[in-house]
Amino acid sequence: MQNVFQGYRRQNGRVGVRNHVVILPVDDLSNAACEAVANNVKGTLAIPHPYGRLQFGADLELHFRTLIGTGSNPNVAAVVVIGIEEQWTKKVVDGIAATGKPVQGFGIELHGDHDTIMRASKAAKEYVQWASEQVRSECRLSDLWVSTKCGESDTTSGCGSNPTVGDAFDKLYAAGCTLVFGETTELTGGEQIVAARCRDDQVRAEFMRMFDRYQQVVERHKTSDLTDSQPTKGNIAGGLTTIEEKALGNIQKIGRKCTVDGVLDKAETPSHAGLWFMDSSSAAAEMVTLCAAAGFVVHFFPTGQGNVIGNPILPVIKLCANPRTVRTMSEHIDVDTTGLLQREMTMDEAGNKLIDMMFRTANGRLTAAEALGHREFVLTRLYESA
Amino acid sequence: MIHCVLHDPNDSVAVVVVEGVTAGSPLTGLILDEDRTIALECRQDIPIGHKVALKDMAVGDTVIKYGVDIGKVVAPIRKGEHAHVHNIKTKRW
Repeated sequence: MQNVFQGYRRQNGRVGVRNHVVILPVDDLSNAACEAVANNVKGTLAIPHPYGRLQFGADLELHFRTLIGTGSNPNVAAVVVIGIEEQWTKKVVDGIAATGKPVQGFGIELHGDHDTIMRASKAAKEYVQWASEQVRSECRLSDLWVSTKCGESDTTSGCGSNPTVGDAFDKLYAAGCTLVFGETTELTGGEQIVAARCRDDQVRAEFMRMFDRYQQVVERHKTSDLTDSQPTKGNIAGGLTTIEEKALGNIQKIGRKCTVDGVLDKAETPSHAGLWFMDSSSAAAEMVTLCAAAGFVVHFFPTGQGNVIGNPILPVIKLCANPRTVRTMSEHIDVDTTGLLQREMTMDEAGNKLIDMMFRTANGRLTAAEALGHREFVLTRLYESA
Repeated sequence: MIHCVLHDPNDSVAVVVVEGVTAGSPLTGLILDEDRTIALECRQDIPIGHKVALKDMAVGDTVIKYGVDIGKVVAPIRKGEHAHVHNIKTKRW
């Protein structure tokens, strides 16, 4: 396995594999101004979203953590932040500025859209020209932070594409990478298996606390046994029958040898190398958005029935072991692992094929989702706004 | 050709991994954890990705896949039949 790649080393020592200049709205009122700036200044990327007003408590903290984390991600070179008012805008700017990267904020009140767009466009132009002169340099494999989440799973996920991620994760773990998996409810039926893989009693207790917390959310709000929601209609059409079956397939992604070294809350950044569990939704774009906010720079996304999502700043690598999906949705798939289920490929070969695509992606190859313009950015909400 | 796969030799269901599996087809099943094959006959048409029962199961039986409990039988299933949401349900919710 090779052990270097060409990455962007940022001011805080973290390494990215992309060089985005992001126009980031604090709230829904600022989407129009952000999109106008991204239209004025070519090569910048607006990330509109529907929230950011009258949120409170842990839900508000998660909102700020996600926005600040997204701007802080090493795949982002520089950020222009726009909000309806100055104070919360400054909070996001200050959070991102702690990384040392260029960032400025603009409030719409007292200025209006036109003046805000003009001032923000000047900053964005300066940033995109600066970013265009940043160069890649040789970085170690252990500098790479890799996340994983499966989506539109079917039974081929558990049999083929998820264990392929597990094989790759075992190898990357041994190389000193920082890794994350999550999808809390999707471990239901296999939580004891994950608990047994935790490093020590403290990590195990924290994992079970997060797991039980999410089970309580389900119990409080459910009106059925969740059939069609979890597993989804797509999972069921693909052959997955129960959440337990889906969980055992899901857990294949953490391989055989990785230890679960720590537990993260939603969008929380890990503090050292190893495999982390992040409490997170099992909804694809929500979870990938949380991984990007936590600082991960490449994502392994095994799919069965054909999930199509990407992320604005985190390149999503799609792998699939379902021959019908690879045939009918080929434009969405980066790594074909169908050979596993025909005994034409070993698990070791499949894991190596995925790692090879990881290096190609890290070195600059656009994933299918990037080439197709899939930039799903979905904020996780914990409860209603006030 | 491999028609279906199972993880553990004690699994009571296998996953069909090719299209066109119809009632009466003889199937070759691959045990993934042991890299060896078994033979069985399919009693119903089973879509790609769906499960085929490897043994007769009665209402209340536990379904074993990956060597562990993945749910309960809610309608009788015969060996070789389609095993899915019409005869298997979760025990958790």
